[in-house]
Amino acid sequence: MADVKKIATRESYGNALKEYAEEYPNLVVLDADLAAATKTAIFKKAYPDRHIDCGIAECDMMGIAAGLATTGKIPFVSSFAMFAAGRAFEQVRNSIAYPHLNVKIGATHAGISVGEDGATHQCCEDLALMRTIPGMIVMNPSDDVEAKAAVKAALDHDGPVYIRFGRLAVPVINDRPDYKFEMGKGVVLREGKDVTIIATGLEVGESLEAAEKLAADGISAKVINIHTIKPLDEDLVVTAAQETGKVVTVEEHSVIGGLGSAVCDCLSAKAPTKVMKIGVNDTFGESGPALELIKKYGLDADSIYAKVKAFVAE
Amino acid sequence: MDTLALKKTANEIRKGIVTAVHSAKSGHPGGSLSAADILTYLYFEEMNVDPKDPKKADRDRFVLSKGHIAPALYATLAEKGYFPKEDLKTLRHVGSYLQGHPDMKHIPGVDMSSGSLGQGISAAVGMALSAKMDNADYRTYTLLGDGEIQEGQVWEAAMFAGARKLDNLVVIVDNNGLQIDGDIADVCSPYPIAEKFKAFNFNVIEIDAHDFDQIADAFKKAKATKGMPTAIVAKSIKGKGVSFMENQAGWHGSAPNDEQYAQAMADLDKIGESLK
Repeated sequence: MADVKKIATRESYGNALKEYAEEYPNLVVLDADLAAATKTAIFKKAYPDRHIDCGIAECDMMGIAAGLATTGKIPFVSSFAMFAAGRAFEQVRNSIAYPHLNVKIGATHAGISVGEDGATHQCCEDLALMRTIPGMIVMNPSDDVEAKAAVKAALDHDGPVYIRFGRLAVPVINDRPDYKFEMGKGVVLREGKDVTIIATGLEVGESLEAAEKLAADGISAKVINIHTIKPLDEDLVVTAAQETGKVVTVEEHSVIGGLGSAVCDCLSAKAPTKVMKIGVNDTFGESGPALELIKKYGLDADSIYAKVKAFVAE
Repeated sequence: MDTLALKKTANEIRKGIVTAVHSAKSGHPGGSLSAADILTYLYFEEMNVDPKDPKKADRDRFVLSKGHIAPALYATLAEKGYFPKEDLKTLRHVGSYLQGHPDMKHIPGVDMSSGSLGQGISAAVGMALSAKMDNADYRTYTLLGDGEIQEGQVWEAAMFAGARKLDNLVVIVDNNGLQIDGDIADVCSPYPIAEKFKAFNFNVIEIDAHDFDQIADAFKKAKATKGMPTAIVAKSIKGKGVSFMENQAGWHGSAPNDEQYAQAMADLDKIGESLK
């Protein structure tokens, strides 16, 4: 995929905020001293009066966003996933979600693809944490096109939304004229009959590549992109499980509590199916270049290919 | 409203507090009673609010950061006419809109859900910031417990408010000196409180929380202060007005039984008589 255009979804986030600022005059952006990294600096440069730097105080930032939302503003709160979903979990729950305030949380630097900063900054628990909060929408876009669409969808939704963005530049896979984003709806990217691979975020691109390799071996894999973890597109998941039997979930997140768990929650109740969860196996990450880590933790196309092949053969 | 009328109103609010907590068989009477005079002044004198239009855009905002004294806020809102006083007896009952801690989604007049300590002040800062961004005139008030300021988030919010010169924000600290585990100075002393807020670039005013002249004076000074937020450190008596609850940490979070309720109401009736 060397010739494919690559862009980090955090960059798409910053660009989208700027792009929609005019259309949504109540949109304001908050940061905790990470505007340069979360890429909200793109918005800040264009709309300095609508960007609020709260300093290194994520918990306070969530509360300020809640207060702003009570007055009709649409705050996008930005920080690394570790601090937005982790450190400020309780502020998100009690000050934003409990009163169902119209606050959007743009969490960048999620997963092990943070890379060199290492385990302290590699949040592989955010989807699990956010998914448990009543009324919270949880999205994890797969590329530039989808990230921008997710921001727009969040703007048009009245209530709290968590969107996960990445640091690593990832291939643009949704750049096609008929692309349509609907919050809560999964997207079938490839049809198949032997197994369904359900992926989210940057693992969608890796899974598509894995499906290519599987096809060469005569294994027909259906690939579904789940950009909205909550609410999950249960109809699509159930239908696919019934069609192909075995299901594989792939996420750059702990195998506990994220997409894999959401799919298992759904299937165990509605269509019991054998599921293999590919993700970060209940372990902390480590320092290293992002692509090397993705490989080491078994989240690259080759690893997915090998695991799915073995799973289908079982 | 003159001072006598304010005192009478505060006494009615105290009756509402005791009645609500007694009916709930749980709740926080001590810190509710200590804050009753401040809340009375805010809702009957200071704030631009309309119980018939609780969400009017230009209203002044109030955030009860020490959310556990919801009975005091509810009794005040009921006294002001936001909802029937009779409903106070449904506090904490299953199905009641009067939740154990303030719930802005279901309670008329509640501007922010709160209860997890340290969080309300941040929301108040957000409201004050919004007014600044929009050049709106409304002011924002938030009431904190003196134990609550042990929470680090309070100082994150204070730092931001001071740095942003939010002179449309008033932070009130109900300094009744007691928290669940005892004297705040023994548990983990937040003193000196006034100096701390001064260091965070606040205009600080220290008053007696039960003296309406001092309360009125403090809020007037706060309004006249430009370029910095105001903190009012209000020295109060936990359990104020109910003889056996005064200055007793044990009444932080427990409800009176029937006998104690009768005695508490008798105490407050006696105060009411003295105000005629």
